[in-house]
Amino acid sequence: MFWVFVLAVSTLLYVLLDGFDLGVGILFGLTRDEAQRRAMLAAVAPMWDGNETWLVVVGVVLWGAFPIVYATLFSAFYLTLLVMLAGLILRGVAFEFRYKTERMRWVWDAGFAGGSLVAAFIQGMMVGALVEGLPIVNGQYGGGEFGWLSPFAVICGVGLCLGYALLGACWLVRKCEGDVRDAGYRVIPYLSIGLLIFLIVVFAYALAENLRVIGRWLERPYLFVFPAIGIVAAIVLAASVRQRRDGLPYYMVVLIFAAAFGTLAISFWPYMIPFTITIEDAAAPHSSLAFMFWGEGLFVFPLMLLYTAVSYSVFRGKVRSTAEQY
Amino acid sequence: MDVTALLLSRIQFAFTISSHIIFPSFTIGLAAWLTILEALHLATGRPAYRVVFEFWLKIFGVAFGLGVVSGIVMAFQFGTNWDVLARMVGPIQGVLLSYETFTAFFLEASFFGILLFGRSRVPPWFYLFSTAMVALGTTLSAFWIMANNSWMQAPVGYAIENGEFVPTDWSKIIFSPVLWVRFPHMLLASFITGTFCVAATGAWYLLRGKFHAEARIMLRMGLFLAAILVPVQIFFGHLNGDYVHDYQPAKFAAIEARWHDEQPAGEVLIAIPDPWAETNYYELKIPVLGSLIGSMSFHSKEIGLTDFPQRDRPPMIIPFFAFRIMVGCGLVMLLLTWVGSYLSLKGSIEQNRVLLWATFLSFPLPFIAILTGWFTAEVGRQPWTVYGVLRTADSVTPFLTTRAATISLIVFCALYTFIFAFGVFYIHRLLRAGPVGSLARPPAAAIPNRPMSVVDEPVTVSSLRVGEGE
Repeated sequence: MFWVFVLAVSTLLYVLLDGFDLGVGILFGLTRDEAQRRAMLAAVAPMWDGNETWLVVVGVVLWGAFPIVYATLFSAFYLTLLVMLAGLILRGVAFEFRYKTERMRWVWDAGFAGGSLVAAFIQGMMVGALVEGLPIVNGQYGGGEFGWLSPFAVICGVGLCLGYALLGACWLVRKCEGDVRDAGYRVIPYLSIGLLIFLIVVFAYALAENLRVIGRWLERPYLFVFPAIGIVAAIVLAASVRQRRDGLPYYMVVLIFAAAFGTLAISFWPYMIPFTITIEDAAAPHSSLAFMFWGEGLFVFPLMLLYTAVSYSVFRGKVRSTAEQY
Repeated sequence: MDVTALLLSRIQFAFTISSHIIFPSFTIGLAAWLTILEALHLATGRPAYRVVFEFWLKIFGVAFGLGVVSGIVMAFQFGTNWDVLARMVGPIQGVLLSYETFTAFFLEASFFGILLFGRSRVPPWFYLFSTAMVALGTTLSAFWIMANNSWMQAPVGYAIENGEFVPTDWSKIIFSPVLWVRFPHMLLASFITGTFCVAATGAWYLLRGKFHAEARIMLRMGLFLAAILVPVQIFFGHLNGDYVHDYQPAKFAAIEARWHDEQPAGEVLIAIPDPWAETNYYELKIPVLGSLIGSMSFHSKEIGLTDFPQRDRPPMIIPFFAFRIMVGCGLVMLLLTWVGSYLSLKGSIEQNRVLLWATFLSFPLPFIAILTGWFTAEVGRQPWTVYGVLRTADSVTPFLTTRAATISLIVFCALYTFIFAFGVFYIHRLLRAGPVGSLARPPAAAIPNRPMSVVDEPVTVSSLRVGEGE
């Protein structure tokens, strides 16, 4: 049970943290201005590696604590994960490589923006596919290479791109000054509206297709707490953007994401791979979980949160536009 | 051999992990060396140490980035291609890898950001602490990986229940004697890699007559450290041989190219083994030495490969040659570092161009030794993934199609070649440009204008124009 909690926290942290830096990557593709690009990179450069590490945490906690889920999911999404990894690799090396060259810089810039976009899209698609349910036969994936692909998954992919871009824009507003901040403010309304439309479409689609998730919602009306939090956060977001309160929008979008995540997590409960494999089925033997708990869970996990906090506090405040550009 | 998803998955794993290991083995050594430099700088206040530190930090940054991105692939690959293995060993290997992520990656990732961007934001002692934490992180990472691999080489402390490996005794897994000779072997290999790259770079600058003060620090420190580390490494190499002898007799026989039982056994120095005729051609063999190396005795009986049924034998060619290449590299490195250190103590090394050239050209040796060492260990473990318990052929994802595996292999090959070619190219450029203070660096057109960290340098007009002109 503890590991479900760790897994949930890690996944959420991954979404929130790498979300903003993937989002910055997506927005990066929208500007041509070198000074803006530098400022954008500078706003995420010290953190991206740590952010992506949360993805690895999700992967290995799954493997250690829920080996069946790890094996089933990862082999089901074989080619998809391949593309996502390729995207993450390209954007990761862009941080180092783009300043090493002039002529080739456009290649790394394209890799940074494209890689971020692709990674976000695929993560969204996978969530969408999970919501719909994977074809699982005898505890193994049985859907073929793209058996999970559906319009719904694609919509979710687009939705997550919008969401990450929104997170990214808010992050830029928070970390930058001048042009970049203003550009951030300009895109936030569009992205928010886009995200809203996406949520409506998803909801309508789910109703139309009568997905099992909806049934669970009707059984558990208290779930509506999460969307309510989301709505409040959205209202505060709109107000803070209007008043140009640089610090606030990011936290509001974080709240929206957390609400959406909570909604999903609780609608899946107690399944890990929706509607086939439960947490109970998937858990590793007791001796493994105990060993993880006493070492990692009790000591290292809090420490990890601490380092993350330390590194964010070292780099708190605005990126000074000339002095600290990379 | 048919082209199957199994074969393609094996090639893909070998390719991705070989490409990956090059970078961590370099950065583990480099992180330790950076810590020493930063400590020396704080202790002595000599600016040259700081210059050398900043210079190697840039290179560390690129190599570390490449290690990170190629490492993410590894965390996924067990699940994508080795579904059955992942299911069965998750309770043990997944847990060990999660310890790696928890204890090592977060240290590295958080403090690495401070290393690159935080010099002006934290006090000097904290900066040194951050450097040490990155070094500790890379070391811990190596530990957990070796714990993982050692368990696959010599599984202990487990029971099989419901088709899963259930850990029964973690202390046996963590304190496995196999792990505690293999971990130092790998760690020393990384340190040696770091020192050789540093020494080779120093020698290169001296040959070109540039950056004299920094080059001397690099060359001397590199050679002295390596001169101490290499013999210790050879000793641990011998201990590694002992574990293979005791736990993996088939691998040992393959490395030794010993087809039949011998008593006392000879040692084949070099030969061309023929796995079909089960014999060696052009064999150069020293009698009795095989028994001495294997069992420390003059008359022990040593086992030959034909004692094992065909289906349990590792392929011989790769472990046999890879092992000899590794040992050869080790001996050349030993000779080079001792002669170099001797000349360096006499103070005549800077005039000795032959030795400088030799040192400069020696930088690939530790990499080759690491790769061939791993080939010996991993190919020698075949046909098993978990030695003696789970076969490689039974580990692969059962429904993985040849088409999917082909696509992924091609994508990884293309992507890695692209990324690593540029990475190596940029590292080469950084090395060639040398440890110049960033203010003294020529304008943007000539060399990469902005390495990674530090401050200053306004955005130049030319870089802006190029940025827009895409």
